Amino acid sequence: MTTGIYLDNNATTMVAPEIVEEMLPYFTEQFGNPSSLHQFGNKVGRVLKQARKQVQALLGAEHDSEIIFTSCGTESDSTAILSALKAQPDRKEIITTVVEHPAVLSLCEYLEKEGYTVHYLKVDKKGRLDMQEYISLLSDNVAIVSIMWANNESGTLFPIEEMAVLARSAGVMFHTDAVQAVGKIPMNLKDSGIDMLSLSGHKLHAPKGIGILYLRRGVRFRPLLRGGHQERGRRAGTENAASIVGLGKACEMAQEAMSYEKSTVKAMRDRLEHGILEAVSYCFVTGDPNNRLPNTCNIAFEYIEGEAILLLLNKMGIAASSGSACTSGSLEPSHVMRAMDIPFTAAHGSVRFSFSRYNTMEEVEKVIEAVPPIVTQLRKLSPYWDGNGPVEEPEKAFAPSYA
Amino acid sequence: MWDYSETVQEHFFNPRNAGAVDNANATGDVGSLSCGDALRLTLEVDLESETIINAGFQTFGCGSAIASSSALTEIIKGMTLDDALNVSNQDIAEYLDGLPPEKMHCSVMGREALQAAVADYRGEVWQDDHEEGALVCKCFAIDEVLIEETVRANGLKTVEDVSNYTKAGGGCSSCHEGIEEILARVMAESGETFDPNAVAGEVTKPSSGMTNIQRMKRIEELLDEIRPNLQRDHGDVELLEVDGKNIYVKMTGACSGCQMAATTLGGIQQHLAEGLGEFIQVLPAEALAQRSVPGA
Repeated sequence: MTTGIYLDNNATTMVAPEIVEEMLPYFTEQFGNPSSLHQFGNKVGRVLKQARKQVQALLGAEHDSEIIFTSCGTESDSTAILSALKAQPDRKEIITTVVEHPAVLSLCEYLEKEGYTVHYLKVDKKGRLDMQEYISLLSDNVAIVSIMWANNESGTLFPIEEMAVLARSAGVMFHTDAVQAVGKIPMNLKDSGIDMLSLSGHKLHAPKGIGILYLRRGVRFRPLLRGGHQERGRRAGTENAASIVGLGKACEMAQEAMSYEKSTVKAMRDRLEHGILEAVSYCFVTGDPNNRLPNTCNIAFEYIEGEAILLLLNKMGIAASSGSACTSGSLEPSHVMRAMDIPFTAAHGSVRFSFSRYNTMEEVEKVIEAVPPIVTQLRKLSPYWDGNGPVEEPEKAFAPSYA
Repeated sequence: MWDYSETVQEHFFNPRNAGAVDNANATGDVGSLSCGDALRLTLEVDLESETIINAGFQTFGCGSAIASSSALTEIIKGMTLDDALNVSNQDIAEYLDGLPPEKMHCSVMGREALQAAVADYRGEVWQDDHEEGALVCKCFAIDEVLIEETVRANGLKTVEDVSNYTKAGGGCSSCHEGIEEILARVMAESGETFDPNAVAGEVTKPSSGMTNIQRMKRIEELLDEIRPNLQRDHGDVELLEVDGKNIYVKMTGACSGCQMAATTLGGIQQHLAEGLGEFIQVLPAEALAQRSVPGA
């Protein structure tokens, strides 16, 4: 295992050793194609069935046939949204939020160019939705509502179950990108109004390259990939057998660890947050602290920039991520931070720490010690900072001409 | 994470001249809208000789912004103001052994801070002449504004045209959708419709009856049209010889030895062929040396 403190589990997670072990035979002796009639394929076919049941159990789905294996969360999102549009050609509107993951947002922006109308629900300063706005947009023109269950940057949870019920009563399909939420909060899809849900294996200690689309029985569907009969023709392409086995195991383990996530992982997160907020001035938690994933904390350090913080953390072996413009290839500041109206002198300094059950309290204490000197070091360089606090009226004292 | 050179990392982890200079008599405050970074440069300038005695920076920004600021202060210390003004953003990037394309604007910000500080010292008002748009082509670091202006100025109609004029889109193809959108938008300004199936560079000026002298002059003119694009990247091109359909050029400055030289030559060839209205071949200086001499 690599050394260092990994607090970037919302980006991806380590594949659990038990999962790797379960997967290994399916690269070698169990190499058969599950569609084949002979003994080589037959055995693989049986374990895929078992994996499907393991996923079904974690999601609380009614039937195992509601689970469709895909290649990733992005594929699941695209399949869900495009399916809804194809299956209901008369409906030309989509409802989503301004803080979605690019997997949904970029697709929606593209669909706008194709002539669809996309309603982007806004969020308040804590990243919460206005339910009245949502209700007012539901109509017969809407093909699909696609809302993330938990925000990847701030961890803020949306009231998905409630929103799904509202959509259903308006006769509108409901999809949720639950990539960050699955395995961290309990789910019971059979008793919900959710029609489709996306899940990504590598966020819960399964490998990269495997995802799930949950498709409620009876929901009208059009496949994205056509070809063979795999996944009952709903997603053609030979099954990624080893990864499916891994994801099944990961779901089983996540189910068992659910209470640990809620208690111990949350305790580590809270300790880190309190420790940093106590030791560092001019920083605050973004998102809705009272309603978020137990593993995520996003702290905005004012007057310094996130990439610089990450580089210095990385030097000390600590891995986190940032909503700053400069850490993304796009140069755009995080759309999530902007949507929450975080001032840019703070948004650029937002750092996300995201835990997994493989972190320890000892690591948390090390990070609490490491962060304050890094912030001090960078503030010394900042034109907004003077000695022990920001310069008076920072926005006026330093008002550069922008190019 | 970004692929930062050792030098960038070194300047980030151990920045030189951080903080404001005590006896500063020149200050330049600039920021880059494209990523929200901002920089204050303070200089202590010797009134007699106009030499920069001391330089300090305060930066709100990422690793490469801090490294670029640090490099800038190291480069200009001891220079006269006039010499310092000749420091280009390319010089800053070279001092740091290169910056990723997305981060070149950090070095631009450094150069602008310097111009602003010198203007402040001289009691002038610094005006920014540089407009930066969203990065479209990541292979060659070409932004939206440059593409738009080039499309407008040259009446370009295809992605291939844009690649020939600006290099944008000549690499991995990922920005072709974006370039097509720009083409559609700019062409719509003049009531034209973008046609994705149009053929690049339709020959509009047939070259019948040019004398050799006229033809060479025309070649020089056409090269002059491309020159600004090359100079923007601190390169240039020199006409060496015209031998029938073979036109020999020497790539100079940053273009010399650039791994994209072949692509650049291709772009020049395209432009010359269009302008002359005939098939020609643009060959590098090395090919001239190897040219078989008749009778030898």
